[in-house]
Amino acid sequence: MTRLLEVQSLSKSYAGVQAVRDVSFGLDRGEILALIGPNGAGKSTCFNMLNGQIRPDAGDISIDGEPTVGKPPRAVWRMGVGRTFQITATFASMTVRENVQVALLSHVHALRRFWGSAAKDAAEADRLLALVGMAQYAGRAAAELAYGDLKRLELAIALANRPKLLLMDEPTAGMAPKERIELMRLTAEIARREGIGVLFTEHDMDVVFEHADRMMVLSRGALIAEGPPAEVRRDPEVQAIYLGEGLVYDARHQDAAGVASKGAH
Amino acid sequence: MQLVFVQFMTGLASAASLFLVASGLSIIFGVTRIVNFAHGAFYMLGAYVAYTLTERLAGAFGFWFSLVAAAAIVAVIGCLLEMVLLRRIYHAPELFQLLATFGVTLMVEDLVLLIWGPEDLVGPRAPGLAGAVEMFGKRIPSYDLFLIVLGPLVLAALWVLFHRTRWGVLVRAATHDRSMVAALGINQKWLFTGVFALGVFLAALGGALQIPRDAVNHSMDLRIIVEAFVVVVIGGLGSTTGAFVAAIIVSQLNAFGILVFPKISLVLVFIVMAIVLVVRPWGLFGKMPPPAQSTTGATVRPWRPLGRTELMIAAGVVLVVALQPLWLSDYALTVGSELLIFTLFAASLHLLMTVGGLASFGHAAYFGLGSYGAAFAVKAAGLPMLLAILAGPVLAAVGAAIVGWFAVSLTGVYFAMLTLAFSQIVWSIAFQWVSVTGGDNGILGIWPDAFAATPAAFFWVTLAFVVPALAFLQMVIFSPFGYALRATRDSELRAEAIGIDRKRTQWVAFVMAGAAAGLGGALFAFLKGSVFPDAMGIPTSVDGLVMVLLGGIETVLGPIVGALVFKALSIWLMSQTDYSKLVLGAAIVVIVLAFPKGIVGTLSDWRARFEARRAAGRAPAVAAAAAVAAVVAGGVVASVVDQAGPSRDTASQEAQP
Repeated sequence: MTRLLEVQSLSKSYAGVQAVRDVSFGLDRGEILALIGPNGAGKSTCFNMLNGQIRPDAGDISIDGEPTVGKPPRAVWRMGVGRTFQITATFASMTVRENVQVALLSHVHALRRFWGSAAKDAAEADRLLALVGMAQYAGRAAAELAYGDLKRLELAIALANRPKLLLMDEPTAGMAPKERIELMRLTAEIARREGIGVLFTEHDMDVVFEHADRMMVLSRGALIAEGPPAEVRRDPEVQAIYLGEGLVYDARHQDAAGVASKGAH
Repeated sequence: MQLVFVQFMTGLASAASLFLVASGLSIIFGVTRIVNFAHGAFYMLGAYVAYTLTERLAGAFGFWFSLVAAAAIVAVIGCLLEMVLLRRIYHAPELFQLLATFGVTLMVEDLVLLIWGPEDLVGPRAPGLAGAVEMFGKRIPSYDLFLIVLGPLVLAALWVLFHRTRWGVLVRAATHDRSMVAALGINQKWLFTGVFALGVFLAALGGALQIPRDAVNHSMDLRIIVEAFVVVVIGGLGSTTGAFVAAIIVSQLNAFGILVFPKISLVLVFIVMAIVLVVRPWGLFGKMPPPAQSTTGATVRPWRPLGRTELMIAAGVVLVVALQPLWLSDYALTVGSELLIFTLFAASLHLLMTVGGLASFGHAAYFGLGSYGAAFAVKAAGLPMLLAILAGPVLAAVGAAIVGWFAVSLTGVYFAMLTLAFSQIVWSIAFQWVSVTGGDNGILGIWPDAFAATPAAFFWVTLAFVVPALAFLQMVIFSPFGYALRATRDSELRAEAIGIDRKRTQWVAFVMAGAAAGLGGALFAFLKGSVFPDAMGIPTSVDGLVMVLLGGIETVLGPIVGALVFKALSIWLMSQTDYSKLVLGAAIVVIVLAFPKGIVGTLSDWRARFEARRAAGRAPAVAAAAAVAAVVAGGVVASVVDQAGPSRDTASQEAQP
């Protein structure tokens, strides 16, 4: 059986700068994969190529065996991909509930109808909102939401597509530490229950180590490490380039477990 | 060959003034994001003030001093305008500034009439440059040569100002990121005022420099503003070099168009602009604009469809309107039909502008196509009235489908300008294709069938078409398609990411809005009994924009209320005063300042405050308040107009066969 997501030697350059070079990886159903790396490493470029926002210079992407390169974002959505953005993009003039309703209507190809009210499926929208902890904001305009709540709304919008694959670009930025862990726990729970593959970028290593099944490290456009979080965080190259915070995590958690840390000096 | 040379030199000389005006417009837009409709008015004021000064001040020094002094005086006026008016509305919804500056333009037109009278004024020749220079066996006016040299000099001066002075660097920085400049501790207020003053100075100088070449008259503002918009768009917004090159292109097209393509001379520049916009959407020298700082939606409560009470109130209002023929006079009913038609026109524009976020500056084209469609159906096909009325929207929809296909590739000001260009193309086809459209003489004798011949009967016919059309547009807003359309407006990125095809969605809306406007146009043809190119002219498009903005952009019922108030007010004013533009312009400015959210938006705010105070229970909906206000306004106007009798303006159109 083919993997849910298969990425083969993906490359992209902007005006001579190689943003992403020869990146290959795969993702299985129900698997949670973290993509980390310093700012400018090419994480968002990768995401934008995966959902069709940017066309890669070279390489192949397939979802459930079906190639996606050359398809616009709207077609990739129809293949069962939901995504959230690093800088949130929601429909500001609509209520939180309506934001989800539009996505639900789109999922059932109903957005071309001139008749009937769009305000149906309120129950399903509310269920999704409750799932991400936004039930109490359903009637508010999206423009009024705090940043962390917009991130939750984006998750609800992505879930409205009943996705096979969820792409989350810094899903917990702008949230309090406790909320971050909770949101990712929730995402992980839904993903494992419904067999959704999740690819996410994240700067908070607590979140990554807590929830990712696997992680990849991107540096200057190239993958430099890949594997289970416990292995990757011991990689000296990764530590040198990125994982300052990870050591703190390491020390804190391993101290708590009463085990002497090898990594912390 | 000699003729070609003369035309070429004339074109170059005309380019100088055009460049000054357009660069001023471009600079103002670049920094303040204001589309300054009053720019043509400042150009005209510059010419008039220069004329007066040159009359008083004799001699060579007097003449040249007058030109510069006139520009300076008008720049001071511009400064005051910026401080008193524009400063208060920088944060108003987009395009509101356009409405305000349009109001100023109307006022200036009548003020000029009051101060300088209606006659064309011929200014003095330029001392020392009154003669001509012989070149290639032809005499070229020395003053033209002076202008030809002046253009590049001004361009160079502007370049030095923007690249070599601290102030200029700040202005360029503000063009890129206003909030960043503010964060650096620069006093933005004065930066904006300074930029506005500079832009106005350039416009007024452009006007003043024209007085030795052309007679000064009170219609020069609209002519130049349209050309300046074209220049700015072709050159690229914010680029002075672009404005320079485009001014030359446009002036040469004007100079040679009459020689080479007399049939399409009027439309040549618009065809070129349309091509440029399609091939290079941000103009020849323009860069892709930073994502618009959209304020849409941030200021309003989410929309909701009419509730049951509100629907009943709406039905009641329709019933009351339908009963009007029982007591209103024929004249008032004719006015009433016109009001109804324009509510449909405004509502159709609103679908594009508010729901779709696409402000069309050429929506009158589809209104006009509707009129001509109906006229052709009667004259060429001999169709009865009811079928002919349906032919209007069909022709309009076909036109909108073609234009919309190109236009939806663009957004914001560029979309506005491309739609303007296409509407001018359609207008000049109607104007210059005399054998089919009758040209300026129009098509006459489009009278209603016998059953609808009385004003009362035609009022009912109008109502029977307009109300279902309005109801349909309302339904569309809250239909799944309407949601998709709003989604494309709020965030293209998100819309595309959840499977919505932005271009297709907006194109469908464009066609739908065009068809609805066309229905209005078809009814209008039968109301007036005739069709003229004016129906699709720029003033009609601007009227539509004003109606929507006046009623309240970002409100659902705004266009209906706005159309009733604006149209009623302008018809009534025309019957009451010779200076209707002055009053109307002042009214628009006051409304912009006092009710920046439009009439319906303001009412809705009051209601929210009222509800917040009462906390419990729903007050009668804003729909009711708005509708009642509209009906009262319409009724008052109708009865006043009734007493005043047919106005000078509409009397001629009244005659039935």
